Amino acid sequence: MTTSAPPRPPQSPDRPKRRRGDRIFAGSATGAGIFILVVLAGVAVFLVAESWPAVVAPAEDVSGGEGLTSYITPLIFGTLLASVIALVIATPLAVAIALFITNYAPRRLAAGLGYVIDLLAAIPSIVYGFWGIFALAPALVPFYAWAERNLGFIPLFAGPASATGRTMLTAGIVLAVMILPIISAISREVFSQAPALHREAALALGATRWEMIRMAVLPYGKSGIIGGAMLGLGRALGETLAIALVLSASGGITFNLISNSNPSTIAANIALQFPESTGLQVNTLIASGLALFVITLAVNMLARWVVTRRADFSGAN
Amino acid sequence: MAKRIDVSDLNIYYGNFLAVEGVNVSIEPRSITALIGPSGCGKSTFLRSINRMHEVLPGARVEGKIVMDGQDLYGADVDPVNVRRQIGMVFQRPNPFPTMSIYDNVAAGMRLNAKKMKKTDTDELVERSLRGANLWNEVKDRLDRPGSSLSGGQQQRLCIARAIAVEPDVLLMDEPCSALDPISTLAIEDLMTELKERFTIVIVTHNMQQAARVSEQTGFFNLNGVGQPGRLIEFNPTEKIFSNPDEKATEDYISGRFG
Repeated sequence: MTTSAPPRPPQSPDRPKRRRGDRIFAGSATGAGIFILVVLAGVAVFLVAESWPAVVAPAEDVSGGEGLTSYITPLIFGTLLASVIALVIATPLAVAIALFITNYAPRRLAAGLGYVIDLLAAIPSIVYGFWGIFALAPALVPFYAWAERNLGFIPLFAGPASATGRTMLTAGIVLAVMILPIISAISREVFSQAPALHREAALALGATRWEMIRMAVLPYGKSGIIGGAMLGLGRALGETLAIALVLSASGGITFNLISNSNPSTIAANIALQFPESTGLQVNTLIASGLALFVITLAVNMLARWVVTRRADFSGAN
Repeated sequence: MAKRIDVSDLNIYYGNFLAVEGVNVSIEPRSITALIGPSGCGKSTFLRSINRMHEVLPGARVEGKIVMDGQDLYGADVDPVNVRRQIGMVFQRPNPFPTMSIYDNVAAGMRLNAKKMKKTDTDELVERSLRGANLWNEVKDRLDRPGSSLSGGQQQRLCIARAIAVEPDVLLMDEPCSALDPISTLAIEDLMTELKERFTIVIVTHNMQQAARVSEQTGFFNLNGVGQPGRLIEFNPTEKIFSNPDEKATEDYISGRFG
Protein backbone atom coordinates (compact mmCIF):
# COMPACT_ATOMS: atom_id res chain seq x y z
CA MET A 1 0.00 0.00 0.00
CA THR A 2 1.67 3.19 -1.09
CA THR A 3 -1.26 5.58 -1.11
CA SER A 4 -0.76 8.44 1.29
CA ALA A 5 -3.60 9.75 3.38
CA PRO A 6 -5.11 13.05 2.18
CA PRO A 7 -4.40 16.00 4.45
CA ARG A 8 -6.94 16.06 7.27
CA PRO A 9 -9.13 19.08 7.83
CA PRO A 10 -8.28 20.87 11.08
CA GLN A 11 -10.26 19.61 14.04
CA SER A 12 -12.74 21.86 15.71
CA PRO A 13 -11.23 22.49 19.13
CA ASP A 14 -14.36 21.91 21.19
CA ARG A 15 -15.12 18.42 19.92
CA PRO A 16 -12.54 15.62 20.27
CA LYS A 17 -12.29 13.45 17.19
CA ARG A 18 -13.67 9.93 17.57
CA ARG A 19 -11.92 7.39 15.42
CA ARG A 20 -13.86 4.60 13.84
CA GLY A 21 -11.85 1.84 15.55
CA ASP A 22 -12.58 3.43 18.91
CA ARG A 23 -16.28 3.62 18.17
CA ILE A 24 -16.47 0.01 17.03
CA PHE A 25 -14.56 -1.23 20.04
CA ALA A 26 -16.52 0.89 22.51
CA GLY A 27 -19.76 -0.24 20.91
CA SER A 28 -18.97 -3.95 20.95
CA ALA A 29 -17.63 -3.84 24.49
CA THR A 30 -20.71 -1.99 25.71
CA GLY A 31 -22.88 -4.43 23.79
CA ALA A 32 -21.22 -7.40 25.44
CA GLY A 33 -21.70 -5.79 28.83
CA ILE A 34 -25.37 -5.13 28.20
CA PHE A 35 -25.87 -8.61 26.76
CA ILE A 36 -24.73 -10.32 29.94
CA LEU A 37 -27.10 -8.17 32.00
CA VAL A 38 -29.97 -9.03 29.67
CA VAL A 39 -29.22 -12.75 29.96
CA LEU A 40 -29.08 -12.48 33.74
CA ALA A 41 -32.35 -10.57 33.84
CA GLY A 42 -33.90 -13.10 31.46
CA VAL A 43 -32.93 -16.00 33.70
CA ALA A 44 -34.29 -14.21 36.74
CA VAL A 45 -37.59 -13.40 35.00
CA PHE A 46 -37.97 -17.00 33.81
CA LEU A 47 -37.28 -18.40 37.28
CA VAL A 48 -39.72 -16.04 38.98
CA ALA A 49 -42.47 -16.60 36.40
CA GLU A 50 -42.14 -20.38 36.44
CA SER A 51 -41.95 -20.68 40.21
CA TRP A 52 -44.87 -18.32 40.83
CA PRO A 53 -47.56 -21.08 40.65
CA ALA A 54 -45.75 -22.98 43.41
CA VAL A 55 -45.52 -19.85 45.54
CA VAL A 56 -49.27 -19.14 45.40
CA ALA A 57 -50.41 -22.77 45.48
CA PRO A 58 -52.16 -24.06 48.63
CA ALA A 59 -49.70 -25.74 50.98
CA GLU A 60 -51.10 -29.25 50.67
CA ASP A 61 -50.69 -29.26 46.87
CA VAL A 62 -46.91 -28.67 46.99
CA SER A 63 -44.64 -31.75 47.06
CA GLY A 64 -44.35 -32.90 50.64
CA GLY A 65 -47.74 -31.47 51.47
CA GLU A 66 -46.55 -28.77 53.87
CA GLY A 67 -45.99 -25.80 51.61
CA LEU A 68 -43.12 -24.38 49.60
CA THR A 69 -41.06 -23.05 52.50
CA SER A 70 -40.85 -26.31 54.38
CA TYR A 71 -40.00 -28.08 51.12
CA ILE A 72 -37.16 -25.77 50.15
CA THR A 73 -35.64 -24.98 53.56
CA PRO A 74 -33.98 -28.41 54.11
CA LEU A 75 -32.65 -28.27 50.55
CA ILE A 76 -31.10 -24.85 51.12
CA PHE A 77 -29.66 -26.11 54.35
CA GLY A 78 -28.20 -29.22 52.69
CA THR A 79 -26.73 -27.15 49.86
CA LEU A 80 -25.06 -24.71 52.23
CA LEU A 81 -23.84 -27.46 54.55
CA ALA A 82 -22.20 -29.52 51.79
CA SER A 83 -20.61 -26.41 50.28
CA VAL A 84 -19.31 -25.10 53.58
CA ILE A 85 -17.76 -28.48 54.40
CA ALA A 86 -16.11 -28.47 50.98
CA LEU A 87 -14.83 -24.94 51.46
CA VAL A 88 -13.49 -25.57 54.94
CA ILE A 89 -11.54 -28.58 53.69
CA ALA A 90 -10.43 -27.25 50.34
CA THR A 91 -9.36 -23.66 51.07
CA PRO A 92 -6.47 -24.28 53.48
CA LEU A 93 -5.32 -27.22 51.40
CA ALA A 94 -5.44 -25.23 48.17
CA VAL A 95 -3.60 -22.28 49.71
CA ALA A 96 -0.93 -24.61 51.07
CA ILE A 97 -0.53 -26.27 47.67
CA ALA A 98 -0.29 -22.90 45.97
CA LEU A 99 2.33 -21.70 48.47
CA PHE A 100 4.32 -24.87 48.03
CA ILE A 101 4.28 -24.54 44.26
CA THR A 102 5.16 -20.85 44.19
CA ASN A 103 7.60 -20.59 47.08
CA TYR A 104 9.02 -23.91 48.16
CA ALA A 105 9.08 -26.47 45.37
CA PRO A 106 12.04 -26.77 43.01
CA ARG A 107 11.08 -25.29 39.68
CA ARG A 108 10.65 -28.57 37.81
CA LEU A 109 8.53 -30.18 40.48
CA ALA A 110 6.44 -27.01 40.70
CA ALA A 111 5.56 -27.08 37.01
CA GLY A 112 4.62 -30.77 37.11
CA LEU A 113 2.58 -30.45 40.27
CA GLY A 114 0.73 -27.39 38.99
CA TYR A 115 -0.16 -29.33 35.86
CA VAL A 116 -1.51 -32.29 37.84
CA ILE A 117 -3.65 -30.04 40.04
CA ASP A 118 -5.05 -28.31 36.96
CA LEU A 119 -5.90 -31.73 35.59
CA LEU A 120 -8.21 -32.32 38.56
CA ALA A 121 -10.39 -29.55 37.19
CA ALA A 122 -10.76 -31.35 33.88
CA ILE A 123 -12.26 -34.51 35.38
CA PRO A 124 -16.02 -34.69 34.69
CA SER A 125 -18.19 -34.51 37.80
CA ILE A 126 -19.81 -37.88 37.03
CA VAL A 127 -16.38 -39.46 37.47
CA TYR A 128 -16.05 -37.77 40.84
CA GLY A 129 -19.45 -39.19 41.68
CA PHE A 130 -18.35 -42.72 40.85
CA TRP A 131 -15.12 -42.24 42.76
CA GLY A 132 -17.06 -40.98 45.75
CA ILE A 133 -19.58 -43.80 45.78
CA PHE A 134 -17.29 -46.72 44.97
CA ALA A 135 -13.94 -45.71 46.45
CA LEU A 136 -14.20 -42.90 48.97
CA ALA A 137 -17.45 -43.85 50.72
CA PRO A 138 -16.47 -47.47 51.58
CA ALA A 139 -13.02 -46.29 52.64
CA LEU A 140 -14.54 -43.83 55.08
CA VAL A 141 -16.92 -46.31 56.75
CA PRO A 142 -14.41 -47.41 59.43
CA PHE A 143 -13.56 -43.78 60.14
CA TYR A 144 -17.24 -42.93 60.64
CA ALA A 145 -17.65 -45.82 63.05
CA TRP A 146 -14.58 -44.64 64.94
CA ALA A 147 -15.83 -41.05 64.97
CA GLU A 148 -19.20 -42.13 66.38
CA ARG A 149 -17.54 -44.04 69.21
CA ASN A 150 -14.92 -41.45 70.12
CA LEU A 151 -16.29 -38.12 68.95
CA GLY A 152 -19.98 -38.89 69.38
CA PHE A 153 -20.36 -36.15 72.00
CA ILE A 154 -19.91 -33.60 69.18
CA PRO A 155 -23.26 -33.20 67.41
CA LEU A 156 -21.48 -33.37 64.03
CA PHE A 157 -20.53 -36.99 64.73
CA ALA A 158 -23.59 -38.10 66.67
CA GLY A 159 -24.28 -41.07 64.41
CA PRO A 160 -25.59 -43.67 63.96
CA ALA A 161 -22.66 -44.08 61.61
CA SER A 162 -23.58 -44.90 58.04
CA ALA A 163 -22.75 -48.43 56.90
CA THR A 164 -22.44 -47.33 53.27
CA GLY A 165 -20.41 -44.18 53.87
CA ARG A 166 -22.76 -42.13 51.69
CA THR A 167 -22.94 -39.29 54.15
CA MET A 168 -22.95 -35.51 54.11
CA LEU A 169 -19.26 -35.54 55.05
CA THR A 170 -18.38 -37.82 52.14
CA ALA A 171 -20.29 -35.52 49.79
CA GLY A 172 -18.43 -32.54 51.25
CA ILE A 173 -15.06 -34.23 50.73
CA VAL A 174 -15.89 -35.08 47.11
CA LEU A 175 -16.91 -31.45 46.56
CA ALA A 176 -13.69 -30.31 48.23
CA VAL A 177 -11.59 -32.30 45.76
CA MET A 178 -13.63 -30.84 42.92
CA ILE A 179 -13.15 -27.22 43.94
CA LEU A 180 -9.52 -27.65 45.03
CA PRO A 181 -8.04 -26.93 41.57
CA ILE A 182 -10.07 -23.72 41.15
CA ILE A 183 -8.94 -22.26 44.45
CA SER A 184 -5.34 -23.41 44.12
CA ALA A 185 -5.02 -22.17 40.53
CA ILE A 186 -6.19 -18.69 41.43
CA SER A 187 -4.14 -18.57 44.64
CA ARG A 188 -1.10 -19.74 42.72
CA GLU A 189 -1.59 -17.01 40.18
CA VAL A 190 -1.77 -14.23 42.76
CA PHE A 191 1.05 -15.64 44.88
CA SER A 192 3.38 -15.77 41.91
CA GLN A 193 2.58 -12.13 41.21
CA ALA A 194 3.50 -10.95 44.70
CA PRO A 195 5.98 -8.19 43.82
CA ALA A 196 9.67 -9.08 44.21
CA LEU A 197 10.04 -5.58 45.64
CA HIS A 198 8.05 -6.44 48.73
CA ARG A 199 9.38 -9.95 49.08
CA GLU A 200 12.89 -8.53 49.10
CA ALA A 201 11.84 -5.86 51.58
CA ALA A 202 10.74 -8.58 53.98
CA LEU A 203 13.85 -10.71 53.43
CA ALA A 204 16.14 -7.71 53.90
CA LEU A 205 14.53 -7.08 57.28
CA GLY A 206 15.66 -10.53 58.31
CA ALA A 207 12.46 -12.44 57.62
CA THR A 208 12.60 -16.21 57.24
CA ARG A 209 10.89 -17.62 54.22
CA TRP A 210 7.66 -18.24 56.10
CA GLU A 211 7.76 -14.77 57.65
CA MET A 212 8.34 -13.31 54.21
CA ILE A 213 5.28 -15.18 52.95
CA ARG A 214 3.23 -13.86 55.85
CA MET A 215 4.39 -10.28 55.35
CA ALA A 216 4.52 -9.92 51.60
CA VAL A 217 2.79 -12.81 49.85
CA LEU A 218 -0.33 -13.71 51.83
CA PRO A 219 -1.57 -10.13 52.41
CA TYR A 220 -1.03 -9.40 48.74
CA GLY A 221 -2.87 -12.57 47.72
CA LYS A 222 -5.71 -12.28 50.20
CA SER A 223 -8.27 -10.95 47.77
CA GLY A 224 -7.22 -13.63 45.30
CA ILE A 225 -7.71 -16.37 47.88
CA ILE A 226 -11.15 -15.03 48.74
CA GLY A 227 -12.04 -14.70 45.08
CA GLY A 228 -10.89 -18.25 44.39
CA ALA A 229 -12.77 -19.59 47.39
CA MET A 230 -15.94 -17.87 46.24
CA LEU A 231 -15.57 -19.27 42.73
CA GLY A 232 -15.12 -22.68 44.31
CA LEU A 233 -18.15 -22.09 46.49
CA GLY A 234 -20.11 -21.21 43.38
CA ARG A 235 -19.19 -24.52 41.83
CA ALA A 236 -19.92 -26.42 45.06
CA LEU A 237 -23.34 -24.79 45.43
CA GLY A 238 -24.37 -25.74 41.93
CA GLU A 239 -22.75 -29.19 41.79
CA THR A 240 -25.35 -31.73 40.81
CA LEU A 241 -24.21 -35.12 39.61
CA ALA A 242 -21.57 -35.97 42.17
CA ILE A 243 -23.92 -35.12 45.02
CA ALA A 244 -26.84 -36.94 43.44
CA LEU A 245 -24.72 -40.07 43.22
CA VAL A 246 -22.90 -39.91 46.53
CA LEU A 247 -25.35 -38.53 49.02
CA SER A 248 -27.92 -40.78 50.63
CA ALA A 249 -30.64 -38.17 51.07
CA SER A 250 -33.77 -38.47 53.13
CA GLY A 251 -34.63 -34.85 53.84
CA GLY A 252 -34.81 -33.06 57.14
CA ILE A 253 -32.38 -30.66 58.75
CA THR A 254 -29.49 -32.12 60.72
CA PHE A 255 -25.89 -31.24 61.51
CA ASN A 256 -25.12 -34.93 61.88
CA LEU A 257 -22.52 -35.46 59.16
CA ILE A 258 -21.95 -39.21 59.38
CA SER A 259 -25.41 -40.79 59.31
CA ASN A 260 -27.55 -42.23 56.55
CA SER A 261 -30.25 -39.57 56.79
CA ASN A 262 -29.09 -36.35 55.19
CA PRO A 263 -30.75 -33.32 53.68
CA SER A 264 -30.39 -33.28 49.90
CA THR A 265 -29.02 -30.30 48.02
CA ILE A 266 -31.05 -28.12 45.66
CA ALA A 267 -29.23 -29.08 42.48
CA ALA A 268 -29.07 -32.80 43.25
CA ASN A 269 -32.73 -32.81 44.24
CA ILE A 270 -33.76 -31.16 40.98
CA ALA A 271 -31.75 -33.69 38.98
CA LEU A 272 -33.25 -36.64 40.84
CA GLN A 273 -36.87 -35.46 40.94
CA PHE A 274 -37.26 -33.69 37.64
CA PRO A 275 -37.76 -36.71 35.34
CA GLU A 276 -40.82 -37.86 37.33
CA SER A 277 -42.32 -34.47 37.99
CA THR A 278 -45.36 -32.87 36.35
CA GLY A 279 -47.37 -29.70 36.77
CA LEU A 280 -47.00 -28.02 40.11
CA GLN A 281 -44.09 -30.31 41.09
CA VAL A 282 -42.04 -28.82 38.25
CA ASN A 283 -42.90 -25.31 39.46
CA THR A 284 -41.76 -26.28 42.94
CA LEU A 285 -38.41 -27.53 41.64
CA ILE A 286 -37.95 -24.33 39.66
CA ALA A 287 -38.70 -22.35 42.80
CA SER A 288 -35.88 -24.21 44.54
CA GLY A 289 -33.70 -23.29 41.55
CA LEU A 290 -34.63 -19.65 42.11
CA ALA A 291 -33.48 -19.99 45.70
CA LEU A 292 -30.13 -21.37 44.51
CA PHE A 293 -29.83 -18.48 42.06
CA VAL A 294 -30.39 -15.95 44.84
CA ILE A 295 -27.92 -17.69 47.17
CA THR A 296 -25.20 -17.76 44.52
CA LEU A 297 -25.78 -14.09 43.73
CA ALA A 298 -25.62 -13.20 47.42
CA VAL A 299 -22.40 -15.18 47.91
CA ASN A 300 -20.75 -13.40 45.02
CA MET A 301 -21.80 -9.97 46.22
CA LEU A 302 -20.54 -10.79 49.69
CA ALA A 303 -17.20 -11.91 48.26
CA ARG A 304 -16.92 -8.69 46.27
CA TRP A 305 -17.66 -6.65 49.36
CA VAL A 306 -15.04 -8.52 51.36
CA VAL A 307 -12.44 -8.05 48.64
CA THR A 308 -13.00 -4.31 48.23
CA ARG A 309 -13.50 -3.48 51.89
CA ARG A 310 -9.86 -2.60 52.49
CA ALA A 311 -8.97 -1.49 48.98
CA ASP A 312 -6.50 1.08 50.34
CA PHE A 313 -4.38 -1.70 51.73
CA SER A 314 -4.82 -4.14 48.87
CA GLY A 315 -1.37 -3.72 47.35
CA ALA A 316 -2.90 -2.91 43.98
CA ASN A 317 -1.96 0.74 44.26
CA MET B 1 26.99 -0.31 67.02
CA ALA B 2 28.45 0.52 63.64
CA LYS B 3 30.76 -2.22 62.50
CA ARG B 4 33.66 -2.54 60.13
CA ILE B 5 33.46 -4.79 57.08
CA ASP B 6 36.48 -6.49 55.53
CA VAL B 7 36.10 -8.13 52.15
CA SER B 8 38.87 -10.35 50.85
CA ASP B 9 39.22 -12.06 47.45
CA LEU B 10 35.49 -12.05 46.86
CA ASN B 11 34.14 -13.72 43.71
CA ILE B 12 30.39 -13.69 43.12
CA TYR B 13 28.76 -16.20 40.82
CA TYR B 14 25.29 -16.62 39.35
CA GLY B 15 25.34 -20.29 38.46
CA ASN B 16 28.51 -20.64 36.38
CA PHE B 17 28.64 -16.98 35.46
CA LEU B 18 31.30 -15.03 37.34
CA ALA B 19 29.63 -11.66 37.94
CA VAL B 20 32.13 -9.96 40.22
CA GLU B 21 35.78 -10.91 40.59
CA GLY B 22 38.49 -10.38 43.17
CA VAL B 23 37.10 -7.68 45.44
CA ASN B 24 39.36 -6.66 48.33
CA VAL B 25 38.14 -3.74 50.39
CA SER B 26 37.75 -2.48 53.94
CA ILE B 27 34.67 -0.48 54.80
CA GLU B 28 35.07 1.83 57.77
CA PRO B 29 32.45 2.14 60.50
CA ARG B 30 30.63 5.45 61.07
CA SER B 31 31.25 6.62 57.55
CA ILE B 32 29.58 6.57 54.16
CA THR B 33 31.18 4.48 51.45
CA ALA B 34 29.93 5.10 47.92
CA LEU B 35 30.13 2.61 45.07
CA ILE B 36 30.02 4.06 41.56
CA GLY B 37 30.45 2.63 38.09
CA PRO B 38 28.58 1.96 34.87
CA SER B 39 25.43 -0.18 34.73
CA GLY B 40 26.02 -3.91 34.89
CA CYS B 41 29.46 -3.60 36.48
CA GLY B 42 28.49 -5.58 39.58
CA LYS B 43 28.30 -2.86 42.21
CA SER B 44 24.71 -3.73 43.15
CA THR B 45 25.59 -7.43 43.13
CA PHE B 46 28.50 -6.70 45.45
CA LEU B 47 26.28 -4.60 47.72
CA ARG B 48 23.68 -7.37 47.91
CA SER B 49 26.34 -9.95 48.71
CA ILE B 50 27.17 -8.02 51.90
CA ASN B 51 23.85 -8.96 53.50
CA ARG B 52 23.50 -12.12 51.42
CA MET B 53 20.45 -10.75 49.58
CA HIS B 54 21.85 -11.91 46.24
CA GLU B 55 21.19 -15.47 47.40
CA VAL B 56 17.50 -14.85 46.77
CA LEU B 57 18.26 -15.70 43.15
CA PRO B 58 18.74 -19.44 42.61
CA GLY B 59 22.31 -20.45 41.82
CA ALA B 60 23.96 -17.41 43.41
CA ARG B 61 27.06 -18.12 45.48
CA VAL B 62 30.33 -16.52 46.53
CA GLU B 63 33.96 -17.45 47.03
CA GLY B 64 36.16 -15.51 49.42
CA LYS B 65 35.35 -13.83 52.66
CA ILE B 66 33.27 -11.02 54.05
CA VAL B 67 34.05 -10.40 57.70
CA MET B 68 32.12 -8.01 59.93
CA ASP B 69 34.01 -7.19 63.13
CA GLY B 70 35.59 -10.62 63.13
CA GLN B 71 32.40 -12.50 62.24
CA ASP B 72 32.58 -14.36 58.92
CA LEU B 73 29.25 -13.63 57.21
CA TYR B 74 29.61 -16.68 54.97
CA GLY B 75 30.70 -19.08 57.70
CA ALA B 76 29.23 -22.57 57.53
CA ASP B 77 27.01 -22.07 60.57
CA VAL B 78 25.84 -18.57 59.73
CA ASP B 79 22.15 -18.16 58.91
CA PRO B 80 21.58 -15.54 56.20
CA VAL B 81 18.46 -14.49 58.09
CA ASN B 82 20.64 -13.38 61.01
CA VAL B 83 23.03 -11.58 58.69
CA ARG B 84 20.14 -9.58 57.30
CA ARG B 85 18.96 -8.68 60.77
CA GLN B 86 22.34 -7.05 61.39
CA ILE B 87 22.74 -5.49 57.97
CA GLY B 88 19.73 -3.52 56.82
CA MET B 89 18.97 -2.56 53.25
CA VAL B 90 17.17 0.21 51.40
CA PHE B 91 16.22 -0.43 47.79
CA GLN B 92 16.15 1.56 44.61
CA ARG B 93 12.38 1.83 44.48
CA PRO B 94 10.62 2.66 47.74
CA ASN B 95 8.95 -0.55 48.88
CA PRO B 96 6.84 -0.07 52.00
CA PHE B 97 4.50 -3.02 52.55
CA PRO B 98 1.30 -1.89 50.85
CA THR B 99 -0.91 -4.00 53.08
CA MET B 100 0.44 -2.44 56.26
CA SER B 101 -0.08 0.95 57.84
CA ILE B 102 2.81 3.38 58.26
CA TYR B 103 3.01 2.34 61.91
CA ASP B 104 3.09 -1.38 61.11
CA ASN B 105 5.69 -0.88 58.41
CA VAL B 106 8.10 0.61 60.92
CA ALA B 107 7.32 -2.03 63.54
CA ALA B 108 7.53 -4.91 61.03
CA GLY B 109 11.20 -5.72 61.56
CA MET B 110 10.92 -5.67 65.34
CA ARG B 111 7.89 -7.95 65.27
CA LEU B 112 9.89 -10.43 63.19
CA ASN B 113 12.21 -10.97 66.09
CA ALA B 114 9.18 -12.56 67.71
CA LYS B 115 9.62 -10.55 70.85
CA LYS B 116 6.38 -9.66 72.56
CA MET B 117 6.54 -5.90 72.84
CA LYS B 118 4.40 -3.70 74.97
CA LYS B 119 2.27 -1.21 73.07
CA THR B 120 4.07 1.73 74.66
CA ASP B 121 7.48 0.29 73.71
CA THR B 122 6.37 -0.20 70.13
CA ASP B 123 4.94 3.33 70.04
CA GLU B 124 8.25 4.65 71.27
CA LEU B 125 10.24 2.61 68.75
CA VAL B 126 8.05 3.77 65.87
CA GLU B 127 8.35 7.41 66.90
CA ARG B 128 12.12 7.15 67.44
CA SER B 129 12.65 5.48 64.05
CA LEU B 130 10.42 7.92 62.19
CA ARG B 131 12.19 10.86 63.85
CA GLY B 132 15.49 9.22 62.91
CA ALA B 133 14.32 9.19 59.31
CA ASN B 134 13.10 12.81 59.48
CA LEU B 135 9.57 11.68 58.73
CA TRP B 136 7.81 11.94 62.08
CA ASN B 137 6.40 15.45 61.68
CA GLU B 138 4.94 14.62 58.30
CA VAL B 139 3.17 11.41 59.29
CA LYS B 140 2.47 11.58 63.03
CA ASP B 141 -1.21 12.35 62.43
CA ARG B 142 -1.80 9.49 60.02
CA LEU B 143 0.17 6.54 61.29
CA ASP B 144 -2.75 4.23 60.53
CA ARG B 145 -2.82 5.11 56.84
CA PRO B 146 -1.22 2.73 54.33
CA GLY B 147 2.45 3.34 53.56
CA SER B 148 1.58 3.60 49.89
CA SER B 149 -0.41 6.79 50.56
CA LEU B 150 2.84 8.74 50.98
CA SER B 151 4.86 10.49 48.27
CA GLY B 152 7.87 8.70 46.77
CA GLY B 153 10.39 10.58 48.89
CA GLN B 154 8.35 10.00 52.04
CA GLN B 155 8.02 6.31 51.18
CA GLN B 156 11.78 6.02 50.84
CA ARG B 157 12.27 7.68 54.23
CA LEU B 158 9.65 5.29 55.62
CA CYS B 159 11.76 2.42 54.28
CA ILE B 160 14.82 3.92 55.97
CA ALA B 161 12.84 4.20 59.22
CA ARG B 162 11.82 0.56 58.84
CA ALA B 163 15.45 -0.46 58.27
CA ILE B 164 16.88 1.48 61.23
CA ALA B 165 14.09 0.40 63.59
CA VAL B 166 15.81 -2.96 64.09
CA GLU B 167 19.08 -1.16 65.04
CA PRO B 168 21.28 -2.80 62.42
CA ASP B 169 25.07 -2.43 62.43
CA VAL B 170 25.29 -1.60 58.76
CA LEU B 171 22.90 0.09 56.34
CA LEU B 172 23.14 -0.77 52.64
CA MET B 173 21.49 1.57 50.15
CA ASP B 174 21.02 0.52 46.54
CA GLU B 175 20.54 3.71 44.53
CA PRO B 176 18.12 5.06 47.15
CA CYS B 177 17.48 8.35 45.36
CA SER B 178 17.28 7.32 41.73
CA ALA B 179 13.45 7.32 41.77
CA LEU B 180 13.18 10.61 43.65
CA ASP B 181 13.01 14.30 42.74
CA PRO B 182 15.90 16.63 43.73
CA ILE B 183 14.21 17.94 46.89
CA SER B 184 13.48 14.44 48.22
CA THR B 185 17.02 13.45 47.23
CA LEU B 186 18.41 16.31 49.30
CA ALA B 187 16.30 15.20 52.27
CA ILE B 188 17.69 11.66 52.01
CA GLU B 189 21.27 12.90 51.65
CA ASP B 190 20.90 15.06 54.77
CA LEU B 191 19.48 12.05 56.53
CA MET B 192 22.42 9.88 55.48
CA THR B 193 24.85 12.39 56.95
CA GLU B 194 22.99 12.18 60.26
CA LEU B 195 22.75 8.39 60.17
CA LYS B 196 26.45 7.83 59.64
CA GLU B 197 27.01 8.84 63.28
CA ARG B 198 25.32 5.57 64.24
CA PHE B 199 25.70 3.20 61.30
CA THR B 200 28.16 2.04 58.71
CA ILE B 201 26.58 3.11 55.43
CA VAL B 202 27.33 1.73 51.99
CA ILE B 203 25.54 3.36 49.07
CA VAL B 204 25.43 2.46 45.40
CA THR B 205 24.76 5.48 43.25
CA HIS B 206 24.78 6.53 39.61
CA ASN B 207 24.87 10.14 40.65
CA MET B 208 28.52 11.12 40.98
CA GLN B 209 27.73 14.47 42.56
CA GLN B 210 25.87 12.52 45.21
CA ALA B 211 28.87 10.30 45.85
CA ALA B 212 31.08 13.38 46.07
CA ARG B 213 28.66 15.18 48.41
CA VAL B 214 27.96 12.50 50.97
CA SER B 215 30.72 9.90 51.05
CA GLU B 216 34.11 9.62 52.72
CA GLN B 217 35.34 6.69 50.64
CA THR B 218 34.48 5.84 47.07
CA GLY B 219 34.91 2.61 45.16
CA PHE B 220 34.83 2.53 41.36
CA PHE B 221 33.61 -0.67 39.70
CA ASN B 222 34.11 -1.42 36.03
CA LEU B 223 34.12 -4.30 33.60
CA ASN B 224 36.17 -4.90 30.50
CA GLY B 225 33.28 -5.96 28.31
CA VAL B 226 29.91 -7.68 28.18
CA GLY B 227 30.13 -11.15 29.71
CA GLN B 228 33.29 -10.22 31.63
CA PRO B 229 33.20 -10.09 35.41
CA GLY B 230 33.02 -6.72 37.15
CA ARG B 231 36.01 -5.60 39.23
CA LEU B 232 36.70 -3.03 41.87
CA ILE B 233 39.12 -0.84 39.93
CA GLU B 234 39.91 1.73 42.55
CA PHE B 235 39.02 2.38 46.18
CA ASN B 236 40.18 5.63 47.71
CA PRO B 237 39.05 8.60 49.76
CA THR B 238 36.31 10.41 47.88
CA GLU B 239 38.32 13.62 47.55
CA LYS B 240 41.15 11.77 45.88
CA ILE B 241 38.88 9.86 43.53
CA PHE B 242 37.25 13.02 42.30
CA SER B 243 40.42 15.14 42.06
CA ASN B 244 43.37 12.89 41.40
CA PRO B 245 42.42 9.25 40.89
CA ASP B 246 45.10 6.59 40.62
CA GLU B 247 43.55 4.86 37.63
CA LYS B 248 42.97 6.26 34.18
CA ALA B 249 39.63 4.40 33.91
CA THR B 250 38.33 6.13 37.03
CA GLU B 251 39.29 9.52 35.68
CA ASP B 252 37.63 8.76 32.33
CA TYR B 253 34.43 7.66 34.06
CA ILE B 254 34.05 10.60 36.44
CA SER B 255 34.93 13.13 33.78
CA GLY B 256 32.39 11.61 31.40
CA ARG B 257 34.93 10.41 28.83
CA PHE B 258 33.82 6.89 29.26
CA GLY B 259 33.09 4.11 26.82
